[in-house]
Amino acid sequence: MIEVPDLSFAALAPLLLVLGAACLGVLVEAFAPRDVRHPVQVTIALVGTVGALAATLLLTVDFERTVTAGGALAVDGPALFLQATIAGLGALSILLFAERSLDPARSAFVVSAAVPAGSPRDRELLTTPRVQTEVYPLATFAIGGMMLFVAANDLLIMFVALEVLSLPLYLISGMARRRRLLSQEAAVKYFLLGAFASAFFLYGLALVYGATGSVRLSEIREAASVDGSGTLLLLGLGLLIVGLLFKASVAPFHTWTPDVYQGAPTPVTAFMAACTKVAAFGAILRLLYVAFGTAEWTWRPLIYAVAIVSMVIGAVLGLTQTDLKRMLAYSSVAHAGFLLTGVLGLGSGGEGSGLAATMFYLLTYGLTTLGAFAVLTLVRDGDGEATHLSQWAGLGARSPLTAAVMALFLLALAGIPLTAGFTGKFAVFRAAIEQGAWPLTVVALLASAVAAFFYLRVIVLMYFSEPVPDGATVGVPGIPTTIVLAVTATATLALGILPGAVLDLAEQAARFVG
Amino acid sequence: MSASLYLVAMIGVPAVGAAVVAALPRERSLLAKQVTLGVSLVVLLLAVLATVAFDVDGDRFQLTSSISWIPDFGAEFALGVDGIALVMLLLIGVLVPLVVGASWHEADAGPRPPRVFFAWLLLLEAMMVGVFAATDVLLFYVFFEAMLVPMYFLIGSFGGPRRQYAAVKFFLYSLVGGLIMLAAVIGLYVVSTSQLGEGTFAFDALRQLDIDPDVQKLLFLGFFIAFAIKAPLVPFHTWLPDSGAEAPIGGAVLLVGVLDKVGTFGFLRYCLPLFPDASRFFAPLVLVLAVVGIIYAALLAMGQSDMKRLVSYTSISHFGFIALGIFAFTTEAGTGAVLYMVNHGIATGLLFVVVGMLIARGGSREIGDYGGVAKHAPKLAGAFLVAGLASLALPGTNSFVSEFLVLIGSFDARPVFTIVATAGIILAALYILLMYQRTMHGPPRGVLLVEGEDEPAVSPPTRGGGATALAAAPAPARAALRVRDLDRRELAVVAPLIALIIGLGVYPQPLLDLIEPAVSATISDVGADSGGTDR
Repeated sequence: MIEVPDLSFAALAPLLLVLGAACLGVLVEAFAPRDVRHPVQVTIALVGTVGALAATLLLTVDFERTVTAGGALAVDGPALFLQATIAGLGALSILLFAERSLDPARSAFVVSAAVPAGSPRDRELLTTPRVQTEVYPLATFAIGGMMLFVAANDLLIMFVALEVLSLPLYLISGMARRRRLLSQEAAVKYFLLGAFASAFFLYGLALVYGATGSVRLSEIREAASVDGSGTLLLLGLGLLIVGLLFKASVAPFHTWTPDVYQGAPTPVTAFMAACTKVAAFGAILRLLYVAFGTAEWTWRPLIYAVAIVSMVIGAVLGLTQTDLKRMLAYSSVAHAGFLLTGVLGLGSGGEGSGLAATMFYLLTYGLTTLGAFAVLTLVRDGDGEATHLSQWAGLGARSPLTAAVMALFLLALAGIPLTAGFTGKFAVFRAAIEQGAWPLTVVALLASAVAAFFYLRVIVLMYFSEPVPDGATVGVPGIPTTIVLAVTATATLALGILPGAVLDLAEQAARFVG
Repeated sequence: MSASLYLVAMIGVPAVGAAVVAALPRERSLLAKQVTLGVSLVVLLLAVLATVAFDVDGDRFQLTSSISWIPDFGAEFALGVDGIALVMLLLIGVLVPLVVGASWHEADAGPRPPRVFFAWLLLLEAMMVGVFAATDVLLFYVFFEAMLVPMYFLIGSFGGPRRQYAAVKFFLYSLVGGLIMLAAVIGLYVVSTSQLGEGTFAFDALRQLDIDPDVQKLLFLGFFIAFAIKAPLVPFHTWLPDSGAEAPIGGAVLLVGVLDKVGTFGFLRYCLPLFPDASRFFAPLVLVLAVVGIIYAALLAMGQSDMKRLVSYTSISHFGFIALGIFAFTTEAGTGAVLYMVNHGIATGLLFVVVGMLIARGGSREIGDYGGVAKHAPKLAGAFLVAGLASLALPGTNSFVSEFLVLIGSFDARPVFTIVATAGIILAALYILLMYQRTMHGPPRGVLLVEGEDEPAVSPPTRGGGATALAAAPAPARAALRVRDLDRRELAVVAPLIALIIGLGVYPQPLLDLIEPAVSATISDVGADSGGTDR
């Protein structure tokens, strides 16, 4: 007889909302007439994500940590905090997707992705007013996958979530309207390397199952605390970590990041940079502390080394970039290293402020990087977005407001006080030093200084250089992008000046359920 | 704890003023200047009122106010001043309105609207007040770092020809120092967590900690390197000549007059009381750096042909004296060092302002482009002379008192260092008087020279750039200098500074009364010889 697993629908409401919106979006795509599809799809996606955000916030009101769906999902503080973060950032990304007044062709996405790039049909479609609407259900599925990822209490669920979030991302990375070949190359590269990473994860899962006889995180923990040094277990753990670090774009598993960030349509890049990072770190935290918390000596040195490599590679290679999207990609690699500093700032028993600090950092980094990419969509030349550094010269004189907002985001990424970036950095560094990881913190501080140089370079170009004659122009953003910029800029300042309330929230949320 | 609003207002008023000025329409630049001047005068008034309210014999920190800021970090928005911080606030209050006056036409010719310049200036003032008034280490750190941003934009947007390089160099040097300090700040917090059970950044609580000597050394170095870059002491100084030379005059005055004092202020406020053992351990090293800096920077100053670079190097030399006074660990030398911080702000401020006025007339920063100015612009030359004499600490000027106190106080404790440092005084006379003589006396020559008496006045100055070709040309027979003397605006800027130089040279007692108790408390924190309290 098959037992029906116990389901707590209240605890699952955020997930159900998002995934339901995604399914509904697919139906709309199939049945609604073309001319109403865009507004309907945007509405559904926004209702799904904003609804999920509201649902997670409601769940925190009378909050009880539970394990539901037959033990496969953990609805605890970190899960809810990260789900809310993903839903919120996801809603902002959807708004960026929906921007229609910047590009003369009225969308950042290709109308028909299957038409070969450069063919007569492609040129014909370039000027058509039709817009691509499949991206909305795809992105919503990805958001659902991410929200599932951070709540997975079971390696198998984690793998399913990984695929649910990854597959739509592979697709929408290839859907840029302009520079289509670059975009398609990015998608293929992302898919191939992502498939490898998934295979690593799956193989690791199999080995861990072989070693412990279970895929449930709590049971793995028990098995690991009895015998944490079995070859099979360690090998499995290593492979699982590799798979997750790939998604989090931690060096040395970062090589896809610059290419994909550059090639993907900028709203998609913003989405990946903000949301995927949150989801991947949510899973890393859960895997390491819930499943392998008692065997931390096995992975701590590894994460320690990887954090250093990631910070150094991100900061140093970021210096040499001349394309803003690639630069922000390396910045993302460096920030992944800073985040791992926070991950290490958590004691094996869950003590220390590392979990709260990492979650807070994810929120601030997500908001800031999303805002920075949103500014990138505004600065354009005749051939779409102008992402080469030299085209930004003198932007401060021509478009003071846009330059000021970008400068704010860059200062925040550099971690200058009174911006959210500083609060986040302070939190993770404090957590790391409290756990005695001060050599790592010193490296992190030096890497911050190096990274600050390339952020500053953009400010120098925008403000202290004379405008170039064939420089970029700044488009007038429509309502969606304006909302995104207003929200992210306000949050970046507010979390820098008065972060108390949100830090408090993160602190309260920072306990895993086993 | 009674809440006093003076300090909050001194941060809030300029911050709000900055927002107002930035929001003014582009064409209302006169209004922007007037608002800026008004706001800076209000801050001066507040500083004076705060001084009146300050009780010299009262608690160490007064005018305190505090409100919970980031409870999770144990950080408070806590303000308060001791005598040292108070005189620095007075210095800020005095300098900023004068800088506004001196920079009245600074941004008029540039591509960027003047209101931006003045908005950054006011924001900088708010942050400078915050740095000196913070009694919470994290709050101090936040102001310490955030202060870079307005100065970075002032140098980068309104500076000389190499402003991009100078601005980035300034920012990165300070940022690296700041990040090293951040590690130490967090380290201090962790120590406080383990000793007090709950982490705190409150200065008074941190002062009570009993830190292991080895940990102290590391933390001391973290703070020290940041302050030594800021102050700047010799191996960390290379950013200052670039920034000082490329910054607009107003920015340069505040940079060496106030911003760099945060470094020496930090030695006194944080390094000495928080890490007394480490301070004693490292004192010989710091003294070596200080004395080397005094001599080395003075020699470099003599070799400069660019007036703004020259003044920057003189400042590095003077910062050596201040560091010497602080790390001699006597009340007398310490008091002298703090007074030196104020006097240097006034004297070097005036020197920068006058040099700026000369540059505004000639359009060149090179000493060789000027000559015989005194005959045609006696007021300008007079102000230049007073500023120069104050810089070389002639008796009767304010700097003499402080330099004398530093040397007397240090001699008791560290005779050898003091004797070497004294050589710096002779070098100071050389570099100042040589610059004065070359530009102000001798035959008329250089960029201000025009043929004939009927020519129109000098064309509007261009930014930076040497017009040395003109200087090289042989002087025609009926050549004459056409140079405006100081106008009323410029006199109004120069006169208060000259009055302060003479006034504080003759009667420094009120400032000494403010400074001495705070310094003596600091020195007793270090536990070294607390020195004679008689002056």
